[in-house]
Amino acid sequence: MDRDRSPLSQHRVGARLPLAGHVPAPFFASFKWLLVALPLLFLAGFFFYPLISIFGVSLAPEGQLDLSGFAEVITSPYYRDTLGFTVWQAALSTLLTLALALPGAYVFARFSFPGKSLLLSLATLPFVLPTVVVAAAFSALIGQNGVLNEGLMRLFGLSAPPIQLERTLTIILIVHVFYNYAIALRIISSYWANQSQRLEEVARVLGANGWRVWWEVRLPLLRPALLAAAVLVFIFTFTSFGVVLILGGPRFATLEVEIYRQATALFNLQVAAALSLVQVGLMFVLMIVYTGLQRQTRGALQSTRAVTRTPQTGREHTFVIANVGLMVILLLTPLAALALRSFTGDEGLTTSFYALLDSNPRGSVLFVPPIEAVGNSLRYALATTVLAVLLGMASAYLLNRRGARWLDAIFMLPLATSAVTLGFGFIIALDEPPLNLRTSAALIPLAHTLVAMPFVVRSVLPALRAISPSTRGAAQVLGASSFNVWRLIDLSLISRGLIVGATFAFTVSMGEFGASVFVVRPDAPTMPVVIFRLLGQPGTANYGQALAMSTILMAVCAVSFLLIERARTLGIGEF
Amino acid sequence: MKRLLFLLLIVLTVAPLSAQENVLTVVAHDSFNYSDALMEAFEAETGITVQVLRSGDAGTMVNQSILSKENPLGDVMFGVDNTFLSRALDADLFQPYESPALADVPEEFQVDPEHRVTPIDYGDVCLNYDTAYFAENDLPLPESLADLTKPEYKSLLVVENPATSSPGLAFLIATIVNFGEEGDYTYLNFWEDLVANDVYVSDDWSDAYYAQFSGAGDGTRPLVVSYASSPPVEVYFMETPPETAPTGAITADGTCFRQIEFAGVLAGAQNPEAAQQFIDFMLSKEFQEDMPLQMFVYPVNPEVALPEIFTKYSAIPEEPVTLPVDEIDAGREGWIQAWTETVLR
Repeated sequence: MDRDRSPLSQHRVGARLPLAGHVPAPFFASFKWLLVALPLLFLAGFFFYPLISIFGVSLAPEGQLDLSGFAEVITSPYYRDTLGFTVWQAALSTLLTLALALPGAYVFARFSFPGKSLLLSLATLPFVLPTVVVAAAFSALIGQNGVLNEGLMRLFGLSAPPIQLERTLTIILIVHVFYNYAIALRIISSYWANQSQRLEEVARVLGANGWRVWWEVRLPLLRPALLAAAVLVFIFTFTSFGVVLILGGPRFATLEVEIYRQATALFNLQVAAALSLVQVGLMFVLMIVYTGLQRQTRGALQSTRAVTRTPQTGREHTFVIANVGLMVILLLTPLAALALRSFTGDEGLTTSFYALLDSNPRGSVLFVPPIEAVGNSLRYALATTVLAVLLGMASAYLLNRRGARWLDAIFMLPLATSAVTLGFGFIIALDEPPLNLRTSAALIPLAHTLVAMPFVVRSVLPALRAISPSTRGAAQVLGASSFNVWRLIDLSLISRGLIVGATFAFTVSMGEFGASVFVVRPDAPTMPVVIFRLLGQPGTANYGQALAMSTILMAVCAVSFLLIERARTLGIGEF
Repeated sequence: MKRLLFLLLIVLTVAPLSAQENVLTVVAHDSFNYSDALMEAFEAETGITVQVLRSGDAGTMVNQSILSKENPLGDVMFGVDNTFLSRALDADLFQPYESPALADVPEEFQVDPEHRVTPIDYGDVCLNYDTAYFAENDLPLPESLADLTKPEYKSLLVVENPATSSPGLAFLIATIVNFGEEGDYTYLNFWEDLVANDVYVSDDWSDAYYAQFSGAGDGTRPLVVSYASSPPVEVYFMETPPETAPTGAITADGTCFRQIEFAGVLAGAQNPEAAQQFIDFMLSKEFQEDMPLQMFVYPVNPEVALPEIFTKYSAIPEEPVTLPVDEIDAGREGWIQAWTETVLR
């Protein structure tokens, strides 16, 4: 955005600029130091400092560097297998998620149909749900005694359940798609919607058939968004914890699960730190490769009004219906099963679990009125969203400069760091003023922002990179003030990406449980914490209340997503 | 934007600076619970303001406290149990305090002669069963751990992974005490037989109890490793108490492992006097009476009356299994490793 510094702009439009006469100062010039300093300071203070502290304590307990943990990790075939499985399942999950979400993204970018924004908002819900609850929903549907198996057995007169997915790689993959479909859908379709269809039309006029348009025009143009989605889904499934632990069962373990086991059950900090470093290092290499691939393509985004239309031909109708159908089956039926179960007691339909949530028969201090938990969650989520959007947008501008390749990889690392490692780091590092956060409520949004920021960066950066400097130059030539250049060109092009980033920042915070467990917190439990407390006690009523709370969590998030989406069309305006 | 960020910076630096007089910070695990009224009475009587920091499960809490020993998280810790106690004692987490209220506590609970920790409550990890399943199938209940390898109990049992779950570790120790580490038939032979008998291993108590066990949630297996207090708690949360409880606990000799939970004044505490008063308070009759229905554990003071549902729907095992804390600590890692090799690979 800084015209004077950007080599590209000098090269392409610099020569013509003198014609403009008075050129207004670039909008961000006065904030430049902030732009560079804030995201870096944030990462340094809340990520690297705690992380290095815990690695120091783990690897040099008596001030003497001891790398025996590494030796153990490197020589053991068990850890090699664990690493192999981690990579394998993440790669499969990523491929599967992208393959299923790509046609869906096309539908969302190009067509309008009734219930579209509601469907998009519902499709994002899986992200906030605790794994134990999701596991219960899936076993209600496709478990041994699940609806599907019982139906099939009755229909075909079978004696044994035909679908046996419990504790298989297949169920891990299905649930990974369930969790990550919306990431791919939202990132790809928001980028796609900004793309002009002119090239497609040209290709068609020149005689290319449907497949050639896909392979030679659409997919290459989409590459930045595809890569961005792939890298996020890969990191998420690489560090998968709950899904592998609970649905995969103890026979499957990712590095993340192993780090948790070593750090909390065995208190073997050396091995935990070594594994964490291996994980962080691998993710760093992956990110370097990714940013390299990303830079080879600089697509040309133009500020086009999103061109969506109702499906016309029979084929288009079928295509839209098939994709919506897939989303309903894959994403919405488990959610519906969960909601239904929360209204089902021993004697049929009931709202008693919801009523119980609001009462405190034991006079217990762990009791939190649901409305209060909703309030806590929303407050943390709003703070996280604001912080993540501001810092993430600043980071995206920072990363859009030259030579930011290493930096780009560094900005993704918080996503790839195990929660337990970072949690222990927070405990030992941020324990003295001015950074005494062990008992501060600020810790939760800060921890959440670490995870949420990469989402904003990844959703905004592809669009930002695709803004042609000549577009900005032209606007300036025509006399637009620097703020207007930013508002009318940058913001209009990144607004879709920003909304995606903001939605996920919000979502990360609403559903996050892992980090909050490992950092000491004051007594303001969020909805996921209440769900876990309920699930931690015996009593069918507690189970019912946990499901009721999960349903409330879904409802609050669905409404929030719709509001965020509206905020874009109302506040920023549709361009 | 500038102003907003500036405000944020101010909030971040100022927020943690508030300090108060006579504040007691209690470090506890996530399940620490009590009646609100009781704590208010304690605060009114002593002038102490109690602040509770809940930090994950017992293992995570102990690990966090060891890591932050130089600048402790609080003044008193509650909830370290006998499976993790040695780790905490070896790290010198506590300073000694001998509460006068210990006079009412039986010797068997007072495992630390130096009184660095004080026993507060106990709970027995026992097999739970689905009452309806055993009645409908006319199946006798298993009477010993060895019974679990019999064909009639094939595919019926759910246990938790000892590496990730505290009742899982307790049950593993129970099998070690029963079958031993040496001889013709060790605990690992027993586990091999359990695997052959199709035992289901869950990583987490919630999943085992609600998703796999048929007595409480939506599961299919009628036997699960849980607590002796789980059946009364099931009844407690029902709207209309039934004649027979939906679940029961097997309390036969040698089948349960006894977990004892302790409290201790943290070394380097800011407010050690208040911490000592708090330990006395936790051993008081009122608090001991309050615990069963708040945390579903048994009070260490045997004089305290148990709630009726505890005596009606469950029993206290007469001969539970225990092991000295230093033996548990010395063996833990090796047992878990060997168990993992035998059962999961």
